[in-house]
Amino acid sequence: MKLIFERHKSGRRGFSYALPDVPQAKPLAKQYCRKNDTLLPSLSELDVVRHYTNLSRLNFSVDTNFYPLGSCTMKYNPKFTERIVAFEGFAQVHPLLPQLSGGGMLAQGSLEVLYETEKLLAEITGMNAFTMQPLAGAHGELTGIMLIAAYHKDNGARRKYVIVPDSSHGTNPASAAIAGYKVIVIPTDKDGYMDLEEYKKKLNNEVAAVMLTCPDTLGIFNPNIKRIADMAHEAGALMYYDGANLNALLGKARPGDLGFDVMHINLHKTFATPHGGGGPGGGPVGVSEKLVDFLPIPRVVKRVDGTLALDYHRHKSIGYVAPFYGNFGVILKAYAYMLYLGKAGLIQAAEIAVLNANYCLASLKEYFAPAFDKKCMHECVFSASRQVKNGVHALDIAKYLIDKGYHPPTIYFPLIVKEALMIEPTETESKETLDEFIAVMIEIARLAEENPSCVTQAPIHTPVKRLDETKAAREPNLRWQP
Amino acid sequence: MNIPQNLFYTKDHEWARIEGKTAYVGITDYAQESLGDITFVQLPKAGDTLRQSEFCATVESVKAASDVYSPFSGKVLSVNQEPCEHPELINESPYEKGYFFIMELSSEAEKAKLMDAQSYRSYVEGLSK
Repeated sequence: MKLIFERHKSGRRGFSYALPDVPQAKPLAKQYCRKNDTLLPSLSELDVVRHYTNLSRLNFSVDTNFYPLGSCTMKYNPKFTERIVAFEGFAQVHPLLPQLSGGGMLAQGSLEVLYETEKLLAEITGMNAFTMQPLAGAHGELTGIMLIAAYHKDNGARRKYVIVPDSSHGTNPASAAIAGYKVIVIPTDKDGYMDLEEYKKKLNNEVAAVMLTCPDTLGIFNPNIKRIADMAHEAGALMYYDGANLNALLGKARPGDLGFDVMHINLHKTFATPHGGGGPGGGPVGVSEKLVDFLPIPRVVKRVDGTLALDYHRHKSIGYVAPFYGNFGVILKAYAYMLYLGKAGLIQAAEIAVLNANYCLASLKEYFAPAFDKKCMHECVFSASRQVKNGVHALDIAKYLIDKGYHPPTIYFPLIVKEALMIEPTETESKETLDEFIAVMIEIARLAEENPSCVTQAPIHTPVKRLDETKAAREPNLRWQP
Repeated sequence: MNIPQNLFYTKDHEWARIEGKTAYVGITDYAQESLGDITFVQLPKAGDTLRQSEFCATVESVKAASDVYSPFSGKVLSVNQEPCEHPELINESPYEKGYFFIMELSSEAEKAKLMDAQSYRSYVEGLSK
């Protein structure tokens, strides 16, 4: 498909200016004018409409097809939440309004959404309080680690390490490093859990925090959590819960009860809002009581008369982490989703997410080698090791699935599983959809035995075939030039 | 799988070739094979002091970015700029043209913590079963 720049035709326009009926302003002084042409294409309205409509037809989304991208949780976002965020009372409120004198009383509804969402998340997770400000999960992680640093500093403790298991999300060590900590990585034992002996060896009174994802990226619930948390607390370290996979635990277990002090939630994964990477996202951070004073400003507080206000006067706060109050529309969607499903509905969502993943695991483990042969939580991980013997790699399986109309599962992650295929069906998919997907996966396993080149040559039905990923990475060419 | 006899190996798939008081360092054939086409490498600077088993470089492939750990303690004497310009050299020639750097050894005795070719081969075979 041609780029919009390549459709340029000199002199073509999609609009016409009205003749000015006021005196013309003086032109800008020369030093403020750009030296070169902007190179924006000249096109008619129809050119533009056709271009973007055709482009959108090449788009792959969860609204068009099954999207079992493990660890990313690409679940369907119900459309009723779009209607709610478009309500004028929310959509047209100026974000400065609650900061103006008397303005807070004109924005009570919006403040209530922030206040109540925080309360609901605290109830679901067993944490004491939440900040709704972080703009996506990774931003939440950084905020959480900054809270941990503020806590230790306040206690006069110098701590320089953060412990993460090697099955953690890549963002965990990255967040710790950006906040100024050195990262200690603990390997996974043969059962798929963080190696406790190695953890004991590495834990000391210079460790600021232990970051765990639970269930982890292998889709496994770590039964040693309580022991890990007790040991960390004994050493004066705090426990950080990466809430990426909270969707598996809703109503079943609460990070606060498991001994975690700080956590973030990726709103899109558990509460059906847009994905942080595609945005706008939401990554609220919850804390236990001892960290509440350090939360970012402003906080939404309830006054004695029951009205809500913004509180900026918190001298221990780490300060601002985002403009205004976070992605308000995303928070509102999560709030609406929680109220719509209710307690029973949220618990059912977690149960079906886990059931769907186990259904895929049980249906496919005869054909693909499971990374760990035990029940999984919200996602299941296979290795294409059996298929590799015939020259069919995880990448080939992914390409073949594209031909069949599926977004591939995550491949080559987690890094500790060779030729990993990580499938996360989510609770939003029906048994029929899963059965069709499983049938295609079984067909791939059969082809890998009987006719491997069928798989290794895929995709053949897509607008472009195999792209040269190596060349793209070695010689990135990201900008159109005339 | 190419595992030369005269080298020392780590369980994280780095190799070291001792020459007098110095050592050449790189990643093994197994490492480059598992990573796939390498697209980027970030090496230490000459003069950097490294500690055994601690982070010293990053390699990025189409599949993943991985940390590289130093097989020995000591100071980096010189860095091989070739793979920075042409990362494919690490895939094509992991033990020769694709070496990472040359370091001065603080203590040759640290080799007791490394594997020889035979033990590394059985270690790698254990991984891929």
